[in-house]
Parts: sequence; C-alpha cells; structure tokens
Amino acid sequence: MALIGQDISPPDLRAKVTGRARYAEDFRAEGMVFAKLLLSPMPHARVRSLDASRALAMPGVLGILRASEVNQPDAPGEAALTDEPKYVGEPILALAAVDETTAADAIELIDIDLEPLPFAIDPLDSLRPGGPDARLEGNVRRFGESGPEWDSLKWPQSEFDAAEAEGRLPMGPPEDEWSHGDLDAAFADADYVLEDTIVHQSLTHHPMEPRSSMAYWEDGRCYLYGSTQSTQRTHQALAGQLGLEPDDVVFVGQYCGGGFGSKIAGATIYQVTALLARKIQRPVMMRINRYEENYIGRARPGFQAWTKMGFRSDGKITGIDLYIVQDHGPYGRSGDYNTAGAVTDLMYQPDAMRFRGLTLYTNTPPRAAQRAPGGAQIVAMLEPLVDKAARELGIDRVEIRKINAPTHDSEFGPQRATTTSAFVREAIDAGAAQFDWAGKQALSGQRNGTKVTGVGVGLSPYVGGSSGFDGLLLIRPDGKLYIHQGIGNLGTHSMADTARAAADELGLEWDDCAVIWGDSSQHHPYSAVQAGSQTIHAHTRANYAAALDMKRKLQEVAAAALGGAASAYRVEGARVTGPGGSMGFAQAAERAIAMGGEYSGQELPEDINNYTRGSATQLAGQGLMGVARDNFSHEGSTWSWVVGFAVVELDTETGDVVLVDYTGSADCGVVVHPRSLAAQIHGGSVQGFGQARSQKWVYDPKWGVPFAHRLYTARPPGILDVPLSMDWAAAGEPDPQTPIGAKGIGEPPVGAGSAAVTSAIADALGGRCLCRIPLTTDVILAELEGRAQPHALTEIHS
Amino acid sequence: MAVIRDMMPAFELFQPTSVDEALDVLERHDNTWVLAGGLDSMDWFKDRIKRPDVVVELGSVSELTGIRASGDGLEIGAMTSLRDVVANEDVRSRFGLLADAAAQVATPQIRNQGTLGGNLIQDTRCWYYRGGWPCYRAGGNICYAGTPRSMNREHAVTGQSRCVAVNGADTAGALVALGAQMLVRSAGGERVYEAEDFFVGPEIDIERMTVLEPGDLLTHVHIPGDWAGARFYWEKVRDRKSWDWALASVAAAIVESNGTIERARIAINGVAPTPVRLTDVEDLIQGMPANDDTGMAAGELATRGFKPLRHNDYKVPLARNLVRRAVRGDMA
Repeated sequence: MALIGQDISPPDLRAKVTGRARYAEDFRAEGMVFAKLLLSPMPHARVRSLDASRALAMPGVLGILRASEVNQPDAPGEAALTDEPKYVGEPILALAAVDETTAADAIELIDIDLEPLPFAIDPLDSLRPGGPDARLEGNVRRFGESGPEWDSLKWPQSEFDAAEAEGRLPMGPPEDEWSHGDLDAAFADADYVLEDTIVHQSLTHHPMEPRSSMAYWEDGRCYLYGSTQSTQRTHQALAGQLGLEPDDVVFVGQYCGGGFGSKIAGATIYQVTALLARKIQRPVMMRINRYEENYIGRARPGFQAWTKMGFRSDGKITGIDLYIVQDHGPYGRSGDYNTAGAVTDLMYQPDAMRFRGLTLYTNTPPRAAQRAPGGAQIVAMLEPLVDKAARELGIDRVEIRKINAPTHDSEFGPQRATTTSAFVREAIDAGAAQFDWAGKQALSGQRNGTKVTGVGVGLSPYVGGSSGFDGLLLIRPDGKLYIHQGIGNLGTHSMADTARAAADELGLEWDDCAVIWGDSSQHHPYSAVQAGSQTIHAHTRANYAAALDMKRKLQEVAAAALGGAASAYRVEGARVTGPGGSMGFAQAAERAIAMGGEYSGQELPEDINNYTRGSATQLAGQGLMGVARDNFSHEGSTWSWVVGFAVVELDTETGDVVLVDYTGSADCGVVVHPRSLAAQIHGGSVQGFGQARSQKWVYDPKWGVPFAHRLYTARPPGILDVPLSMDWAAAGEPDPQTPIGAKGIGEPPVGAGSAAVTSAIADALGGRCLCRIPLTTDVILAELEGRAQPHALTEIHS
Repeated sequence: MAVIRDMMPAFELFQPTSVDEALDVLERHDNTWVLAGGLDSMDWFKDRIKRPDVVVELGSVSELTGIRASGDGLEIGAMTSLRDVVANEDVRSRFGLLADAAAQVATPQIRNQGTLGGNLIQDTRCWYYRGGWPCYRAGGNICYAGTPRSMNREHAVTGQSRCVAVNGADTAGALVALGAQMLVRSAGGERVYEAEDFFVGPEIDIERMTVLEPGDLLTHVHIPGDWAGARFYWEKVRDRKSWDWALASVAAAIVESNGTIERARIAINGVAPTPVRLTDVEDLIQGMPANDDTGMAAGELATRGFKPLRHNDYKVPLARNLVRRAVRGDMA
C-alpha cells in the first residue's frame, strides 16, 4: 500500500515522547562555559563609552565579544551585536563566564554610557512633518534607478489634517503602487461601496524553544548546536556569516521547538556563540531566555491600512482600493504589505484593483516572516468587510466567497500571475458540509441570556510550494533506503512526509526507510528553506526525482548482474526482479559499490547544486546512490487555501468571547499525511485565534519601551481559548503541476483561524466591523456600550 | 551599571520549620524577603529589581498549611496551596465563592505551587513598576502609568492616589466579600485585620499593597460562618481564559429571602489599588428584589465617581455590569 495518504509515525516521535530528543540547550561539551547578553535599554542609542574592566576582573569571567568582532553588514542589514542599538532589547555585547550567575553579575559591572538618539515607534509618527526617523539614514529605503537609496520621508501636515477631519488613515504619496483595470469604472459599477480604516498590530513569534545555541571549535572547525527550521540552509548561512567554507562548519539541529518563520535559516545570534567560543577557546552555551527571545526572536509586521471595496448586487466584487502603511522594525525589508496586496487580488478577483503602500523603519524588534506573512494580516482585516457587504446585499456569506474566489485560470497581482490550481470552491464546500454551515447559520444572532452567538467564515490563501531543489538517496549494503533531508524538523513531519515520495516510488515499506536529518555531518542535499509552506511541494518533488534516478540505476545494476534489458526489471518489495532473476536491495547496493561511477555516486549529474555535490561526494562509494535535481515542470505559482468556520458566544455585558466551534478545510492538493494535516490546520488556526483575540504588542510611545514582553503580558492563546473539539476537511484534489500532487499547508490556517473569529465577532455584533486586530474584550465592550474606544483610530501599539 | 533581566542573582536562603523560627530569622537580618509559592517573588528576583540578601522560604512550616474548622467558620493556613483551597470540601460547600475565585487563578501548575497567602499579598502587575521604572511605588517621584500618553489599559479607574496600579489578587475580593480576617504575626505578637483593612492603597502607603511590614508574616485566614451557604457570585473577566489577571472581577455574598435581598457583601477587584468593598451598594440593595433593575442601580452606584485613564474607560461599564450581574443573580 502506498505510504502517501496514510498516517505513519514520524521517526522522531519516540524521542520526543520519551524526552530523549535533544534540543540545542541539552547539549554539553567538556569545559563548556555560559554566555549572557547585554541588551539595549533604549530604543535608539549610540555607545559613547564602554568599560568592561571590572567585569573582566571578576573571578570566573572569561571574556567578552563586542560589535567590532562580528560581521557588520551594510545598512539596513542586521549585525549580531551593535554599538548603535535600534530597539530596546538589541544585543550590544556578550560575556562568557563559568556559569550564568557569574555572567549576569559581571554584566552589571560593565560601565556603559549610551547617547540617546531620536526614535520612532509608530510609522505614522515618523511620516509627520518634523517626525523622527528610526535610522540615522532615514525612515524609508527605495530602489531607484541608481540602486537603493535612503530618504527621510515626511508627508505634508495637510494630509494628516484631512485624514483626521475625514476619520481615515493618512495617505500621502506611497512608495509602492500597482493597479489593474479601471478602478473608477469599477466603483461606478458597484451597487454597494464600503470604506474603512483598519489596524493590525505586530506580533512576536514566541516559539516555545528560544534560540539557544552551543558552539565549540576543533582543528579550525566550528561545531554549532542550534534550533532551526531549515538545517541545510542554516549550515550554509552560518558558514557565510563566519567566513568559513561549509566543510569547516558542522551544524546540528535535529529538533526545533517552533519557529513560525523566526528561525528560517537559524538565528543571527548564533554567530555570537561561535565567535565567543573561538575567542576564549572554550565551548560556549548561550541559553536565550524568554525575555531575550521576545526581543531578538522576530515579529510579524503590523499594518495601518485603508480600503475601499465595491460590490455588485449579485455579490461580485468590482473594485478594491487598498493602502497599507507597514511597520517593519529597524532592519531588512519585509514584504508582508506587498504580499497582502497580491493575496487580496487573488482571493477576491476584483475587476479592478489598486494597491498602494510603504514600509517604514521603526525602533521596534526586527520583523521576519511569520506564518503566512502578509496574508494572515490582510484576510483577518478584510473578511469581516466582505461579510458586511454580504449582509447588506442579502447574500449568504459562504456564497459571496465562492462567487469571488479564483479558478484555475485566474490572474492576480501586479504581474497578473496565475496559479497551478485553485480548488477553492471544493475546499469551501467540503468545509461547509463538515461544519454544517447551513445549520450553524441558524444560530447567528441567537441570544441566550446576555450571550449572543456569532457565526463566522474566513478564507485564507497562501503560497504553497517551490521547486528546483535536489534529492539525495542511498541504499546501503544493509538493504535500507537512506533518505537524506536538508529541510528541518520543526514539528511538521515534513522531513518524514516528503520522504514518502521516494519510498513509494521504490515500493518500500516505511520500516525499510531511514530518514537522515538535522546534522550537516550526515550530508544533506541542497534544500528549500522550511518556510512559506514550501517543503511538502519542493521535497516530494526532489525526493521523487532522486527516486526515479535510483530506480533506473537499480534496474541497470540488476540487468548488468543478471542479464536482460534494464527496462524489463521491476522494482518492488525491496527487490529488483526481471528476466535474469531477482536481487534484493542489499545485493544491489553491493553491486553498485563494485560498479562505481554514477551507481555509487562517484559520478554525479551536472545540474545538481554544488552543496549537493559536496554531500554526495562524501557519501560516494557507500551504496547505490539516487541523486537528482527537481526538473519537473512548474508553471504558475502554487497556492494553498484554508477556509475557517467558527461559532462564538459573545457576552454583551462584558465583551468576553468564547470560541465554541471551529472547522478548517484545506485545498492543499493530495493529502500526504492526514494526521499531520489536521495538526497543521488546527495548530495554525489556534495561532490565528490568538492573533484575532488576545495577543498583544504594547509600546509606551513616549519612552519607546515595550510591555508585552513576557508570555503573560503578550497573551498568546492558551488551551482554554480553544474549542473542545475542532474539525477539519480537505478538498483532496491533486495539483496538476507537481508529480505527487501535494501543496504546502503550514501558512494559510493562521489567517483562516483569525478571519473566522473576526468574522464571527462581527456577526455577533450584528454585522458591525470594529476594524481592529486584536479584538480584545475592551475594544468589544466599548463598542457595545457606545463609549470611546481605548485607542485612537490609527494607534497601533496599544 | 548595565541592566540585565531574567537571571536570578544569589541570595542566602533560610528554610525554617516553625513560625517562631521564621520570625527569628526575619528579626535578625536586614533586607529580607518572605517566599511562599514563589510565583510573584521569582519574577522580581529574576529581573534583579527586588534584591533581598536573605530569603525566608516557608514551605517547611507545617503549621501554616491546612484547612480546619474554627468556630462556625474555617481557618486556612497562608501556605495552603490554591489547589488545596479549591479542592477542599468545606470550602466548596460552605464558602464556594473562595473556591470559585481560587480556581481561576492562573493555571493548574501555578495553583499547585501558589499559596492562598501568596495570592493575597502579591504585588501589583503595573508594567511600568514591574519593569523597574523608578515610580512612586518604587520609591521615585513620578507615576509613569498615569500620564496622558501612558499605556494604562489594565490600570485603575478608582482609588488612584499618585499611583494607578491595581490589586491583582483573585482571592482578595472573595475574602472581603466573605468577611474574612487576616491573622498576622511578628516578633511583637499577633494582630488581626478585617480583610478589607488588610489591603492598603497608595494614599496610606504607596510602596505597599497590604498592611504587612518587614518582619510580619500572614499566618492564617479566618473565614467566619456568617456567609456560609449564601448565594455567591464570582466572575472574572480577562483577555484569555488561563494564566491571566482580571481586567475586573466581582465577588458577592448575598442572602435572600422570598426573592428579596436580606443582606449582601460585595467586592470588586482589578479596578483600584485595593479590592473595593461596595458598602453603599450593600446598603442600597438591602430589602430590594434581586432583579436586573436592582442590579443596574447597584452597578451605577458602584461605579459612580470612577475616573478612567486614557486607555481604560471600558473598565467603568465592565465593573458596572459585573456588579449588576452579581446582584441580579446570574448563573456565573
């Protein structure tokens, strides 16, 4: 029976359940010492002077590492340590001592003099005339004809005055703009037009495992144990950051206690552990605590947005005008806002659309992709508005989404891109049936004492796959198939699930397969980052490609040994059987080693990545090798979809909301692993529940200091915020542009969970959209009581 | 001096086995700290903001643990875990208000470790103060949370006096409503306080949440039988359903006869630096029917004169509605 589509136990399960799984913090090395960080107490400052002599004189202190000793990339790149911190909590230096108590005591003995610099916390403040810039270079960076350039962008006061008078987002000249169709005509054609200003806060990632690491050096080689989403890419990135060849770095990261986009290629801070270990010639452990993780652990960019949407009386969306001001912290350049524009165009398919936006540097923690970056924000913001139109036009809310959803041929975004497949309606239908939309709709507005029921639906697309990576397989003389996986292991089972494409093609039972992952010394192929829901797509393809290569070699090895045409040999049941007889995989592996050449990896395909070439060369001669680049066709971009359905009970006297029922339904192509898919749909949706309801990001605007920097103040959802039972469904239609038919599913559940909840709350409020995320109890109660909202219209860090 | 957080410094630890021994240690040392379950204390220690030289841990003082009959009521040792308070049959059957409140403290793990005494005397969660800002409560000369631009969504709407922090103890309101007494011992002997007098606001002492001074130990809580078996109402509204302090809470003990309120004792918390006993409301509703009209009148009276800050206006209707529900007798 084919493994794809079956529930299997992933190979890391036993270790996780028994506690034998070793995370970065669990490693030890002889002579290991501990490092602690000195973090900036100011949102923007310059180190005027720093004297560590008293600290270094303390018994047990072994040394410090300063910004000048780590790689300092050009602006707006981020260094691991800095003498010009640009957010509260940015690491200034690291200190190593025999234990953490000594290290912390020593850090307190460092005399540091910081010169405060202007800072910006709210992007709109930075745009006001005379407003502060987050960076000395300015507040925006644009790509002009002569390359990237900095600007201190300010909008005229008249725009702020007009916005205030009209009760909307200020919208000066944008930095990014695209459009298609005739927007004026689209709105003229509309029977119903709505306009709203909507705010979505930033969100810290908060993985359970912080980005701790341990490093030591032996014979000029760096060994680093860390937490990552993507092993091979982290190995490569770390070597680059340390100025070393990949062969001179061993990276181990078999387990990862959550990343959500914050550990795509490991963490910037790993350099510090490695360089400090080299400097003091001792193994160094740097345990990152929750406080530090809050600062250096990345965050989702917040949006201050405005939209105008036009609807025809039959529910068709005619036009969308969308403006987004993005807050993205002091470094890099997040693309969330642009993605949000593309997602909007894809999911609503308006006749005409205009997207305008800009991204501002602020003195808040660095932003990075967070599970459905850009998508999760915008769907939670816009879906309640679509409900509002449906209610106004008397159209069923599920129906209006189907009316506007894309088909396989639909175009979207500035490049008028197409998708590989869009079984959106099928996913909606499967979810609506599972959830009993028709029945549950009847509960909408029902009152039970002070509680009113709201029913919501939220649609959420996201990119679901890349291609062009390598697969690397080896049958060793023990007869087992070793599937080398360069992707990571952050609990999604991808490293096991994508391996099935190879196992199935070779007709193997799961027990005949071993997955090799999480340790660069075990040799990985060039792999996708485990982010953006790429891996199930990218690596079922790569492993399938390598399996086809291996199958051919098995046939040729058998034919060479037993006679007859290679094509006459069948590969099944861990044997190769044909006209000359049959041989087991163990025997085939031995024959391949004897034959050499391409069969045992001495000769490699021209088109594989150099990284894979290095790994394959290390493995050459150890068995029968299957190695190939994924050259399968891939036209259009791959998108997956989840639609969430929610029932909430809203207490009209307290503003409290209880989520009582939830179903998520996916279009993710072929279902590779049902149990794992359920975990992705449910886990991502729970993250969305927190995003919609409780999770906070709070800054004091005067001092630029954050308060939601502990789990109890940041308030990610707890188990009691989740319904007792949650359902799931899937369309299950194969994507035609990938041989296995599977698309990624990590991203879209977050937006589905969040949008279903914002939609259900608006429904419980009789269709009123509060245009704010999170919809906390105070926001809801102020609306119910007709009192002033606890925040100004565009206030973002409250 | 550079600042580092979330890493506990060293201190001298004492683990006495009797109250006398504990008081003796407190008497003999300066800069001491009494440690119960540690959930409030460890936060302070790890952030290196409160830095005692000597910590007196009470986990081995058996006389401070347990729940026993006392007259027509109960006496609960201050070191009794919140879990044991919640699970105790006498508490549940006669003073269910306390069990309900204790059951909504934080999480099961925290209720296993946290004690009734520790819950009662916990410090405020004002994030400026907890962040080590040199505010009035920390001995400075400003309140950072009360300015027009401050982030004060979770702060006080009444009882402010230079400081706008709130009391976060779930069990405090319940014990005020039950008319409990707090037994305090020091080297000088034993003192007894009514629960509502045990908590002090900033107008009395801005650096303390309770009457306890260095050298004092809260040893027991006595709950008299006066309100045993009354109609109780407990409700706590919070941002998420576990591991969260109250945005506001109400605790009420009401005795009715023939649908008329005979007597009541009501406290709200999370709205002021102390739990607030609503004596005016108790007087108002005496002899009135337990219905929504009475509830509304009670809620309005309870919140009269509230002065919301920039971000916490919602606490006014929230407190009003919680009192309203308690009085009209909703099922909590």
